Amino acid sequence: MSEIVLRVEALKKHFVVAHKGLIRREPVTVKAVDGVSFEIGRGETVGLVGESGSGKSTIAYIAMGMYLPTSGTIYYRDRDLFREKKRPLDLKREIQIVFQDPSSSLNPRQTVRQILELPLRIHQAGANRLEEVVRLLDLVDLPAEVMHKYPRQLSGGERQIVAIARALATRPSLVVLDEPTSALDVSVQGKVINLLIRLQRELGLTYLFISHDLSVMRNFASRVAILYLGRIAEVASTRQFFENPQHPYTQMLLSSIPVISEEEEKLRPAKVVSSGEIPSPVNLPPGCSFHTRCPYVMDVCRRVDPALVEVGDNGHVARCHLHEQPLAQK
Amino acid sequence: MLNNASQPDHAVGRSAIDPHRLAQIERRNRRERWGRAWYKFSRNPLSVLGLIMVVTITLMAIFAPFVAPYPQHAEPFTDFANASKPPGGQYLFGTDEIGRDILSRCIFGFRYALVMGVAVLSLVVPVGVLLGLVAGYFQGTIIDTIIMRVTDIFLSVPPLILALAVASVLQPNLTNAMLAVSLMWWPWYTRLVYGLASALRNEYFVVSAETIGAGTGHILFREILPNMVSPILTKMSLDMGWVVIIGSMLSFVGLGVQPPTPGLGTMVAAGARFLPDQWWIAIFPALAIVVVVLGFNLLGDGLRDLFSAEES
Repeated sequence: MSEIVLRVEALKKHFVVAHKGLIRREPVTVKAVDGVSFEIGRGETVGLVGESGSGKSTIAYIAMGMYLPTSGTIYYRDRDLFREKKRPLDLKREIQIVFQDPSSSLNPRQTVRQILELPLRIHQAGANRLEEVVRLLDLVDLPAEVMHKYPRQLSGGERQIVAIARALATRPSLVVLDEPTSALDVSVQGKVINLLIRLQRELGLTYLFISHDLSVMRNFASRVAILYLGRIAEVASTRQFFENPQHPYTQMLLSSIPVISEEEEKLRPAKVVSSGEIPSPVNLPPGCSFHTRCPYVMDVCRRVDPALVEVGDNGHVARCHLHEQPLAQK
Repeated sequence: MLNNASQPDHAVGRSAIDPHRLAQIERRNRRERWGRAWYKFSRNPLSVLGLIMVVTITLMAIFAPFVAPYPQHAEPFTDFANASKPPGGQYLFGTDEIGRDILSRCIFGFRYALVMGVAVLSLVVPVGVLLGLVAGYFQGTIIDTIIMRVTDIFLSVPPLILALAVASVLQPNLTNAMLAVSLMWWPWYTRLVYGLASALRNEYFVVSAETIGAGTGHILFREILPNMVSPILTKMSLDMGWVVIIGSMLSFVGLGVQPPTPGLGTMVAAGARFLPDQWWIAIFPALAIVVVVLGFNLLGDGLRDLFSAEES
């Protein structure tokens, strides 16, 4: 890995959801993110996967400065994102985000031109804004005349592409993609993903890609981190992740992808049956948070929370007691 | 031939930068939007009726000296020879107890009713909207608490009582009546806008402007405010009617427009003494109030339907 663009360090975000007790009010918290660390190298696409409520979007929002972390921090090229109370403009310029639902992320009362001019006005004073708008639209393969349209006159895919163009308008080096395709038709998803791949290559972008769609992840991410209840369960290169998953949760998820052809069936790990429900994030079980559903659950899992251990090459790590002993034991 | 296929795209690209063509497209877009809006609005005959009433009343009020058959009757004037004439003939709505033409005085009455409404709303709407916008965007902070608690205090005082109190402490005239009504009216706009703004601030386009680094002013007035123009306009139209009613009430109890100035409420109050025999002295000004209020309410309903159709 070359230069590190983003470094997430022991990030925690606990939301206070209620208070209990009459006299000594104790806050009831949801541990949305509970000690997550990972790094993104320049030009890389790191995928964050996880079920709803696993904390993947929370991490994205913290990176954007929409929430402050409870503890831990995020570094952008060795600059602490939370050292200043209000994030300086030049840092905002470097990190941009594409939200999940383009119909809510574009102001319905503004034309595409107005939408794209805002980041230009703030970050590129002096530039010919009209020309720049045309250049941006050209960059994402939209005809220039789109600039006169309102978001409701565009299709879902076009809206998302406009949102991507807006994120690129500040010329950022890191783009956070918060489920950028999950609100789109399957036919458009591929188009948007291909566009993102081309833009990454042409502009040297780094992506933090958040999704629950494993097949999109497989085609797009260079490394995958899987989250379970606010903690990292496993991190691996995409190849390792799909071919040689080590954490029982990863194995369970991968074996639940529906497949059609026999070739795909062969690639699929042996069926791991999931049992039980995902525990409430308010009331986490002691020990390993996955023990309630794990098919290999051992006595130690109910008492001791496992640590991340190395299980393979290229920083392949997993948080599981099965791997704390020598690998062969499995 | 085949590679000509990419040609039109570039042609479009270049023509879109041409400022003339750009202005042309924007003009066309605007025309189309207005055309569509008018089409939807005109589907409901009652809305159109409301619009016609409002336009007519406004024109009559502006050109009252030319429209009224006896403009001098709006000023101090007596003609005891023609006092208390019933409607018909020379005096379409009859004359009052000192011989003034009631139709002329009603037309001038529209003037004071509209001046009241326009003045109150142009005082109340900017203040109420600005406070609601700021409180809603900074929801959960001390700014929100201060603004909204003050708003609550004003809302908890019965509006007419507050207006009566203010109007009776100050000198009874049109200006003070407007001040009194304004004082009780702004909290409703603050409330309305607060609710809208606190919902809109979580919309992703607002969050997006924040992550790009837009200033608070831009977010409040360019991102949030344009998305609540429709409910504000609708409320303004419906409120015009209400302000006219409250203004007439104040005039009726003697705290608004003072005789001989022809306020509609003042005229009803003066004419009430002659009911039921000389009914026209009170009934026609009362009907004039009804016409103003009805017109603005119908228009307001039409706008609401138009905007709610636009949202969906």
